[in-house]
Amino acid sequence: MKTLWNNYRYLFFRRLTQVGLLVLYFGANAWGWTLLMGNLSSSIILGIIPMSDPYAALQMLAAGAVLAVDLLIGVGVVTLLYFIIGGRAFCSWVCPINMITDAANFLRRKLGIDRIQGVKQPASRNLRYWVLALSLIISFIMGVTAFEFISPISMVHRGIVFGLGFGWAAMLIIFLFDLFILKNGWCGHICPLGGFYSLLGKFSLLRVHHIQENCTLCMKCKEVCPEHQVLHMIGKQTLPVLSGECTNCARCIEVCDDEALEFSIRKLAQNKITGE
Amino acid sequence: MSENRPEKKKKKEPISDRRRFILNMARGAGIATVGGLVWSAYVDEVTASELVLRPPGALKEDDFLKTCIKCGLCVEACPYDTLLLAKPGDNKPLGTPYFVPRDIPCYMCPDIPCVPVCPTGALDESSVTTDEKLDINIADMGLAVVDEESCIAFWGIQCDACYRACPILGKAITIEYEKNTRTGKHAFMKPIVHADACTGCGMCERACVTEKSAIMILPRETVTGKAGDYYIKGWDKEDEKRLENAKEIKTTTELSKKSAMDSLNDSLEDLY
Repeated sequence: MKTLWNNYRYLFFRRLTQVGLLVLYFGANAWGWTLLMGNLSSSIILGIIPMSDPYAALQMLAAGAVLAVDLLIGVGVVTLLYFIIGGRAFCSWVCPINMITDAANFLRRKLGIDRIQGVKQPASRNLRYWVLALSLIISFIMGVTAFEFISPISMVHRGIVFGLGFGWAAMLIIFLFDLFILKNGWCGHICPLGGFYSLLGKFSLLRVHHIQENCTLCMKCKEVCPEHQVLHMIGKQTLPVLSGECTNCARCIEVCDDEALEFSIRKLAQNKITGE
Repeated sequence: MSENRPEKKKKKEPISDRRRFILNMARGAGIATVGGLVWSAYVDEVTASELVLRPPGALKEDDFLKTCIKCGLCVEACPYDTLLLAKPGDNKPLGTPYFVPRDIPCYMCPDIPCVPVCPTGALDESSVTTDEKLDINIADMGLAVVDEESCIAFWGIQCDACYRACPILGKAITIEYEKNTRTGKHAFMKPIVHADACTGCGMCERACVTEKSAIMILPRETVTGKAGDYYIKGWDKEDEKRLENAKEIKTTTELSKKSAMDSLNDSLEDLY
């Protein structure tokens, strides 16, 4: 029982925050709760603290919209939050799509779909930065927020809070895409919001640290990691995970039986030594 | 056989770094173009919906689509559940707020709770403010239009449901009396909408008694025309002021240089 807890404690808390936030947002629309109103694009806590999606604001800027003060404050709050807890903490602790892609990934591992497809992934993980750039270009040319009109993240989240419509189709598309077409396809390759938070996450404070002396090279962490390229130092060097693409999901920490991985605040002095 | 082998090997020689770089660039550009065009086409299509009614204080549709962050705070603020967020399948710009007056109209709350909560200014407080006070009566969500063919008041049957439902009764809708020559002894009581006062709240559309409402709200842009600078109400001092900003318009039609006589004597061919 204790090992079960040890192996899934962060997963439990992640699901708790993901579902908890959905419940709060849903309650705001359905029963008039004021704790957390709006949705992931823009929300307000207790009617006082605004929060706004900085990537949406960036698209608005590209589209030529005038940015209101409330929006800018909201963007500041969100940027500061993810600067502290890790940019892509959004992806694994907040985003509702994470539950869908995690489910697809879990099935992929259990069913052995990787084995029929071979090892080679047909797309680069840098695709997301291209999509990010493209979204801003299209926003600029078309004068609308390009990603916001196709974003399955907002579609699903808005769907749960305000009514789904055909939003279930978006969920199914992502699930099947990740399951049968590309491993970690949406979150790990395409999603420009993840790309945006990856860039922001380069500078964030909370990091996973690897202690090489404790590592027994079992490689469970690399197997379970949705962004396994960020764990390049496993068994080689004692280093923090400095890539912004790490989602701070902490699955690696959970599966490690040797205490070779842990959360800690980024040590600036150490970064100087490694040149990052 | 043995002679052919070296040739085959030649073909499989690894491509040069330069070629690899150029091919990779071309591939990237190609994929970006495909993705960009498909994406743009989709966005263009989903934002093309014209017949969508926005909450009070909404910016012009173009600016609204740029500025609205699709957070739904206006929807949550609305006490009558009037406002909806467009879902996939609604065929409206995805995630933007709208309302369907026949289902639930805007009840024109004096404190306009949906507008101040907007974090981006897509719902512009200043457009519904007079003398530093919120004023729902100057809101412009759309314009009521009467279909005279299906409005039973235009048939001569007595009905003033829309007139009674109008929150700006007597200004946005008035009743015009007219003799009913069919019976010779009754009056038509025709509802007339006044565009300058109508806010497009849709309470008339909601109240209309016909099977499908004979009075309906449409976006103002859709149902209003524009006389342009050619035509001025010469009897109206206010309207004459438009002349000050009028731009000169030159006619570009080429006039025929033939004499009128020729035109009459020729066959009709040159007319076509």
